[in-house]
Amino acid sequence: MNIVVCVKQVPDTESPRKLKSDDNTLDRGAADGVINELDEYAIEEALLLKEAHGGEVTVLTMGPEKATDSIRKALAMGADKAVHLVDDALAGSDALGTSYAIQQVLGRIGFDLVICGSESTDARTGMLPAMLAERLGVPQLTLSSKVEIDGSTIRVQRLTDYGYDKVEAALPAVVSVVEKINEPRYPSFKGIMAAKKKPVETLSAADAGIEADKVGLAGAASEVVDATEAPPRAKGQIVTDEGDGGVKIAEFLASKKFI
Amino acid sequence: MAEVLVLVDHVDGEVKKVTLELLTAARRLGEPAAVWVGPGLEGAKEKLAEYGAAKIYVAADEELTSYVVAPKVELLAQLVADKSPAGVLVAATGEGKEIAGRLAVKLDSGVLTDVVDVAEGFVGEHSIFGGAIIAHAKVKRGTPIVAVRPNAIAAEPAPAAAAEEQVSVTLSDAAKSAKIVERVVQEKGERPDLTEAAVVVSGGRGVGSAENFKIIEDLADALGGAVGASRAATDAGWYPHQFQVGQTGKTVSPQLYIAVGISGAIQHRAGMQTSKTIVAINKDPDAPIFELVDFGVVGDLFQVAPQLTEEINKRK
Ligand SMILES: Cc1cc2nc3c(=O)[nH]c(=O)nc-3n(C[C@H](O)[C@H](O)[C@H](O)COP(=O)(O)OP(=O)(O)OC[C@H]3O[C@@H](n4cnc5c(N)ncnc54)[C@H](O)[C@@H]3O)c2cc1C
Ligand SMILES: Nc1ncnc2c1ncn2[C@@H]1O[C@H](COP(=O)(O)O)[C@@H](O)[C@H]1O
Repeated sequence: MNIVVCVKQVPDTESPRKLKSDDNTLDRGAADGVINELDEYAIEEALLLKEAHGGEVTVLTMGPEKATDSIRKALAMGADKAVHLVDDALAGSDALGTSYAIQQVLGRIGFDLVICGSESTDARTGMLPAMLAERLGVPQLTLSSKVEIDGSTIRVQRLTDYGYDKVEAALPAVVSVVEKINEPRYPSFKGIMAAKKKPVETLSAADAGIEADKVGLAGAASEVVDATEAPPRAKGQIVTDEGDGGVKIAEFLASKKFI
Repeated sequence: MAEVLVLVDHVDGEVKKVTLELLTAARRLGEPAAVWVGPGLEGAKEKLAEYGAAKIYVAADEELTSYVVAPKVELLAQLVADKSPAGVLVAATGEGKEIAGRLAVKLDSGVLTDVVDVAEGFVGEHSIFGGAIIAHAKVKRGTPIVAVRPNAIAAEPAPAAAAEEQVSVTLSDAAKSAKIVERVVQEKGERPDLTEAAVVVSGGRGVGSAENFKIIEDLADALGGAVGASRAATDAGWYPHQFQVGQTGKTVSPQLYIAVGISGAIQHRAGMQTSKTIVAINKDPDAPIFELVDFGVVGDLFQVAPQLTEEINKRK
């Protein structure tokens, strides 16, 4: 089975995140990059499926040069190879453009199963996996908390507001995973050493057959018109409990008409 | 005035509050037309009329709810083609965002997701990086599709006709490829939904055990609120994962958020920072959560929280 995991490098939440003043896009140079946390669950799920059913795990990343750090980590966890789509023309792509670009690469490298995280911590659009399913014309098995493969049939539990749906489809398919589907492994020393020798194919937009006017800031179908720092919250009142802390909160809530 | 399509979010005919918020927002943008998928409209129609649905497009065919997301997208795409609406609003829930995304691909239209407000001309307001930045965005191409965060816009009634129009759609084979074979409804109890609740009381590592979460539940119940948890608490297995608030959990935006035994790590704040009023109980005066609060008590939660619950119940 040919499994492709979509891995995004995101700025570490702990480091300062800024928007660039000229075009209001995320300043990816300013922050430390890490693997989008949910994508570690996607990688782990791919590795578990490979261990159970055989095949190969390919990491697919669209992002700047420095995203190679994240790719190496994914390889160190156990993925077999990677494809890195990197091109200045892609900077500033919106979700439509990103999904188009990734679709082009997937069409080129082929897949039985695409596994994504359900959301990225920077964009937080939560749309990409569904958009990929739409573009590829394959079943959408997203927000999965459990994945099972049986021959060419795939079954997942899809989280819903009321519990979950049991969903069934035929491969090929796009899956997205939620946190707690598994426990992502740490790269071992051996894994880290092995990762250095694993193949990473670098593709430009042109290599992947991506039409430049459909991606990047210019190709985006939406635009940020302004961005400002939120006004700081007014400083609240803090009291130390002297045996009446609960009553004090109740008084505050009553003053705000909550009770 | 052009129509604005509002996809109704409902579970077996029970309309989610976010739908009423969407109808309220739609009135600023054009004439709200609700889109109803599946059975059960009878019991819900009055509500939709009360909140301003001039029209209701009804697609009752069970087939539309038997497969993941794609059928609803084909329905909406057909309505956009037939009715040329000014735009489409959906709830920014897990599924709502997926619908918005797929529809955007189908129509090659711009999409704004997880907005906390939407103004004339479909200008969406985003609260990003855990509330640190407010950004406005608009669509440059196609029919604007906007996914709106639940609990961000106050629903206001404005009665309208709610004229029903039946619609049918012939699904493509691709839309029928991910079949829902069983729906598992988990016991939800009496509490409101976490993302829709006006009051959320969350417990963190300080709560100490699954049994102790009773303290959090009692306080939530006294306020008619929902229970949330930090990741430390869900990771420890003290409370189910679906109640996790934060960067990798749910984003909540209630009128009142009470954090009990939660330090206020940036990843937690990302999910609750847009709450209107914030209260915290924490024994550490330096806990970062206190930077956010409107009212905070430095003290032992095992003393303060039960006393608060008792005091609220006394005042009822
Ligand atoms: C990529 C990533 C994603 C994450 N996503 C999330 C997320 O979605 N949601 C989330 O919540 N976290 C998330 N985290 C984890 C986050 O960084 C924190 O570790 C977590 O929020 C801490 O939970 P806590 O506040 O309950 O625990 P702690 O930080 O341990 O704080 C416990 C607090 O309880 C107080 N306390 C202890 N005993 C008492 C008592 N008797 N009375 C009063 N106060 C007491 C302590 O003073 C302390 O401030 C994420 C982390 C990462 C790296
Ligand atoms: N630039 C990217 N490169 C590779 N995968 C991505 C990229 N952007 C998003 N993804 C995948 O799509 C998922 C959802 O992202 P998003 O729709 O941005 O919230 C992520 O968890 C990744 O698996």
